Amino acid sequence: MAERTAIIGSRVGLHARPAAIFAEAAGEAPVEVTIALEGESAEDALDASSILSLMGLGAEYGTTVVLRAEGEGAEAVLHQLAVILETDHDTE
Amino acid sequence: MSTEQHTFHGVGVSAGRVIAPVLRMPQPLQAPADGAPIEAGRSVESEAQRLADAAAQVAAGLKARAAAATGDAQAVLKATALMASDKTLQKSAAKLISGGTCAESAIWEAADAVATQLGALGGYMAERAADVLDVRSRIVAALRGVQAPGIPDSDEPFVLAAVDLAPADTATLDPAKVLALVTSDGGPQSHTAIIARSLGLPAVVAAAQSTALADGQLVYVDGVAGTVTTNPGTEQRQLAAAYARREELPEFDGGGRLADGHLVPLLANVGGGADAQAAAAAGAQGVGLLRTEFCFLGRDAEPSHDEQVAAYGAVFAAFAGKKVVVRTLDAGADKPLPFLTDASEPNPALGVRGYRTDKASPGVLERQLAAIAQAAAEHQAQVWTMAPMISTPAEAADFAAMAARAGLATAGAMIEVPSAAVLAGGILARCDFVSLGTNDLTQYTMAADRQLGALAALNDPWQPAVLHLVKASTAGAAAAGGKPVGVCGEAAADPALAVVLVGLGVDTLSMNKRALAAVSAVLRTIDLPTAQRLATLALDAESAAEARSLVRAQLPQLDRFGL
Repeated sequence: MAERTAIIGSRVGLHARPAAIFAEAAGEAPVEVTIALEGESAEDALDASSILSLMGLGAEYGTTVVLRAEGEGAEAVLHQLAVILETDHDTE
Repeated sequence: MSTEQHTFHGVGVSAGRVIAPVLRMPQPLQAPADGAPIEAGRSVESEAQRLADAAAQVAAGLKARAAAATGDAQAVLKATALMASDKTLQKSAAKLISGGTCAESAIWEAADAVATQLGALGGYMAERAADVLDVRSRIVAALRGVQAPGIPDSDEPFVLAAVDLAPADTATLDPAKVLALVTSDGGPQSHTAIIARSLGLPAVVAAAQSTALADGQLVYVDGVAGTVTTNPGTEQRQLAAAYARREELPEFDGGGRLADGHLVPLLANVGGGADAQAAAAAGAQGVGLLRTEFCFLGRDAEPSHDEQVAAYGAVFAAFAGKKVVVRTLDAGADKPLPFLTDASEPNPALGVRGYRTDKASPGVLERQLAAIAQAAAEHQAQVWTMAPMISTPAEAADFAAMAARAGLATAGAMIEVPSAAVLAGGILARCDFVSLGTNDLTQYTMAADRQLGALAALNDPWQPAVLHLVKASTAGAAAAGGKPVGVCGEAAADPALAVVLVGLGVDTLSMNKRALAAVSAVLRTIDLPTAQRLATLALDAESAAEARSLVRAQLPQLDRFGL
């Protein structure tokens, strides 16, 4: 199981636009990725490709989240997704 | 479809003449029954597949529209498309289906749970709950094989035909696609009329026969005459072409006046700080109506002092050195506030609303005045305060005393109740100014509910009786030593009616900022004696329709600008 933390970089939090960009990328990844707030157990982790789960997570700017995935290329996928989370998409 | 030309009448509420095919607003979607079982002959697997197909179809449709859109609209459509195919939503619906629930009820219940969860998060997320419910309706419509609810999607411009529009429809109404509005219900003060005027779309409301219009049928809509014509001919094509060639209105330069230099300050009606900034940018010479209840709507409890100070201050900041007329809370009737209004009143329009709530719930108004006074002290705007729904000189006196105790120097009354117009002299002997709210004044003068399409012809501010009450108000002001009279209802935004109001002796006009350019352009083509002559024509007319057509015939500039 590959695991990686990321700090939400969008000042509006993991809301509509940032969540859509992230969910789309997670959905295109070759492995299944989960997301959880730091400190929550892996069993409570949510499907990272679900925009509704992401929005319900309530992750604000500066919140630390944990990404998890299993299988070939998991590390690289998590790295790529963490970069998306840490970018402030609203300044683009 | 017959090829015979047929013209039917409604009430024109927003000027303009266009020809385009009709698209009807679909019927609202009926909710599926709670936990309805899978139809006989279908399996859990086939039902799950049916839902997956419908969701994929909706997602694909939204994605295609996202690809054609730009900017914010594109971002919203993209996010909505992702919601339609969301795995978590699909999984919880699939779980319900495997328990024997049909696809429609399963997705309805699953989306409901998500929307409730988002709603509980509050703020921005609570607004997204509406997107989830929209997606849900689209999926259920796809499952049933009916058209998705809401404004129809179309690549070609069209005339939108509906029963009436709701405020929520404004958000999805694209003025590049929707060229005109025709409704079978609604009146001149209905949401459809307000939406049309704010978007500058020609509109005819209360056209009962419009229910017979079919999708794709070509019609001519005349927002001036209030008519809809099927199978338009040469005459209608020429009128529509003339409208299309209309001269563009010059931008409002911030100085409302008549051709002879008589000053008529043109102010804006606003609901908050962002609105005020936009109004200032459009040249508004001040605010003639700050609707403070907009800071309160949707609240279960009274906003705090600091919250109110910040909300009012944001408006004052946009108009430093200029007049801002603050209307105290106008709760009740169509704008209920849970902490002030009694929802069980049999007739809310005639109930405890506006200033009257101070008797039933004392304290709220006093605290609001304190917040207004503090915000006024922190900014440079000239702050005037007025109370809605004043019926007697004694109420005006009580309000003025209360405002004075709060440290507010200029206090006035709204004239919306006919008794206040009749006794305007007595009211103005006890306060500093009045402002005519023509929407309610019309409804109460004609005893015609603003939202009832069947009474649309009565509910028209051109009604000579309403104009006589405007005249009574200005006469009262003159008797009280020339105190100011403003108009802040929809009537001020109608350029022809604005001329009549000035002719009746109204000093200032306050309107939606989008109407400023049109009203200013028309006022500049006439002098005060002409306005007074046209006002007399309207007062002496036998009907609203006659008043309107007599006055319009004397204002050739209206056609030049397509107004």
